[in-house]
Order: sequence, then C-alpha cells, then structure tokens
Amino acid sequence: MTALEATGLGKRYGDKWALKDVFLTVPEGRIIALVGPNGAGKTTLMNLTVGLRRPTTGQIHVFGRPPYGESLQHVAFVAQEKPLYPEFTVAETLRLGERLNPRFDQPAARTRLDELGIPLKSKIRALSGGQRAQVAITLAVAKRAELIVLDEPLANLDPLARHEVMEGLMAAVADTGMTVLLSSHVIAELNDVCDHLILVSGGRVQVAGDIEDIVHRHRLLVGPAGTAPAGPYDVVSERTTERQSTLLVRMRGPIHDPRWTVRDLALEDVVLGYMRARDSVHLPPPTIAGTEDVA
Amino acid sequence: MIEFTLDRKSGTATYAQIVQQVEHALRAGLLTYGDQLPTAREVVARLAINPNTVLRAYRELEQRGLVEARPGLGTFVRRSLARPHNPRLEAGLLAWVSEARAAGLGPDDMRSLLESALTGHLRQADTA
Repeated sequence: MTALEATGLGKRYGDKWALKDVFLTVPEGRIIALVGPNGAGKTTLMNLTVGLRRPTTGQIHVFGRPPYGESLQHVAFVAQEKPLYPEFTVAETLRLGERLNPRFDQPAARTRLDELGIPLKSKIRALSGGQRAQVAITLAVAKRAELIVLDEPLANLDPLARHEVMEGLMAAVADTGMTVLLSSHVIAELNDVCDHLILVSGGRVQVAGDIEDIVHRHRLLVGPAGTAPAGPYDVVSERTTERQSTLLVRMRGPIHDPRWTVRDLALEDVVLGYMRARDSVHLPPPTIAGTEDVA
Repeated sequence: MIEFTLDRKSGTATYAQIVQQVEHALRAGLLTYGDQLPTAREVVARLAINPNTVLRAYRELEQRGLVEARPGLGTFVRRSLARPHNPRLEAGLLAWVSEARAAGLGPDDMRSLLESALTGHLRQADTA
C-alpha cells in the first residue's frame, strides 16, 4: 500500500510558491528522511501531509485518503517545538491524549514511559528536553496512527538524548510497523535510521526514492579538466581547478574511461552535492522511482 | 544471547555488519543450535537503527540456512559454524607462535605471514 502520494502538489503563500510541482510515491513501512536547506519547503510539505494546510494545486493522499476529517486518525504529527502543556503532569497529558484520540492506547503509552524512566507524576515543565521529546513521541505513537510525521525531532537535544529519542522511535516502529516521515538537518544521523529520502530545495523535490538505490546510482568522477568522461550520466554538480574536474553524477549506465577515477559516495555526499547545485536546475525530471519500479 | 555493535565508519552496510557478527558468533561457538537471536525490537532499542535493517540481516541469515524465524517466537539458530575442538592443531599453532616470537617476529609480522599463507602468496615466495 502507498503511505504517501502527492500529485502536482503545490502551496502558495501570497505570491510566493513555498512548494511547487511535487510528485511523490512512498510505500508503507518506510522511514523517510525529509531533508533540505532552511526555507526549502520541508515544513510546508509536512503541514500539507498532516492536514494543517490545504494545497493550492494538486493533491496529497495518506494511505489513499486526503488527510482531513476522519482520516486524521491515521496521521500523527510532532511539531518541532514539541507543544505540550507545561503545567500538566505526564499522567494528565496522557489523559488529554486519550480524550482527544478515539483509538488512543493508554496502557502502551504508560508502559513506554515507564521503560524510559519518565515518572507519570512529573510536571511537563520539570522534564528535560529529551524527556519532553519522548513524551511527545509517546503521545503520537499511542494515537495508533499509521503515519507519524516529526519535524526536526532531534533539534536542541544533546547527543545522548538524540540517541535515546531515536532508540525509542525505532522501538516504536518495530512494535507497530508504522510509516515515519521525519525532517532533519543532520544527514549523518539519518543514515542508519531512514531507508527513503525526500530532498527538497527551493520549493521543489530534487530527489526522492529508496536511499540505497539513490546512493547506488551516484558516483564521484575525478579526471582531467576540460574533458568529459565517456558514458551515460547526468551531472548533478561540478567543481573544476586548472587541472582537475570533479563531477557528482547520476549514472544511467556503467562508466569506463581510464582517465577518470570513479568513486562511490555516501548518502551525505550525494545530498550535499544536490544542495550545492540547487540553482542549476538542468536536471531531467527529478523523481527516482522506488526500488520495486526499477528492476 | 548476543549483542550487536555498530562500526558507523566502516563503510560496511549495517545489515551486513549484523550478518557478519552472527556468523562470527556461530564460528566462535558463542551461538549454537537452538539459541535465540535478539528480537528486532531489542536490537533497534539499543542501536537506534531501522528495524527493517535487522529483519533484512535475519532474512539473509535464514537464506544461508543458519537461522530460522519461528513466527511469534523469534529467530533461532539452525546450524552451528563452530569447528570441533582440535588440540593437535592448537598445540601446533602455539608452538609456531613461540618459535616466531623467538625469531623476533611481532604480532603484526605473524598476522601478515598467516595472511600470506591463507591467500597462497607464501608458497610463491618460497619457490621464487
């Protein structure tokens, strides 16, 4: 089943397009990294996904339905500032979650917080940043949504808390099989967690697809300046010194050119390459299909 | 029960690291027939990795006939890779190590000699 599908999706604020011409298909059960520079359209895409905003053009579907009304039961959203009532205790926060969400799983939420060592009697304002993040994620998971959307879940957390929040989130995924969409600036942190990438830049999706597939298709080519290696590929970004050219390319077939060194790349290199090249929109349609469509 | 660790700088894919660690544990005798592997939840709750990565590693181990998934129960070892204890071989190796040490070889020298022997390069050097 398709967890997330956008067709011709666009959002305009005043006369400025925050997001334009977005086509996406993400299968169920993925952990999706939404990355891109500030102001790229990440938050707009998340707001559209959870029904906080309505599209100006096109459509967005979550598990086959637009994310409004009844369908909101299937979507949970954790905003970056983790909005919780500071004067509530953790227990009161859970009760609020139970009142507001028909499918809320209170026992599971209590078990989870107990495992995390977060006392139910504590007031929210007495918790650390990491604990507040854990409570917010616990509420979202207890809602029993099929898709959980997290805006910068690790921002403003220390390294230990970041690891603990991620551990907790991954354990919840193992328990529920839910699909996760999370935005982040720190690509290195997403490496072992995410299996799907959506890279937005300047209000457009530059790359989207299975991470292994994306990494597999990109190479760094190093060779003499003023020449171009033979083979089918698209140049993503390029840097040249007097003697040497360095190309980040998306391959369409094998490259055999003895003058050029072909190097594998890490996800971070690929993402940075695209971010650097965000002004040169000379790429063909930017969507890379999911692995199952490629074979 | 074994615990997995991750080398995030190794460049080896995470699922492949898990496969390697299970195989190593099977060879070393740390895991034997009937032992249970940690559940995906236990692994991800400690390493903060994608549960699918663990499941993929376990599927690969299953395809190699080393483990089997019993639905609702967990993943269990089907076959051990441990070699039977061989006192003569071990005594010979210990004798070789002390002889090498007496000849002034350090641990790295010995390792590279063993590596050469394993890859077949040592014989070429002898006949050359």
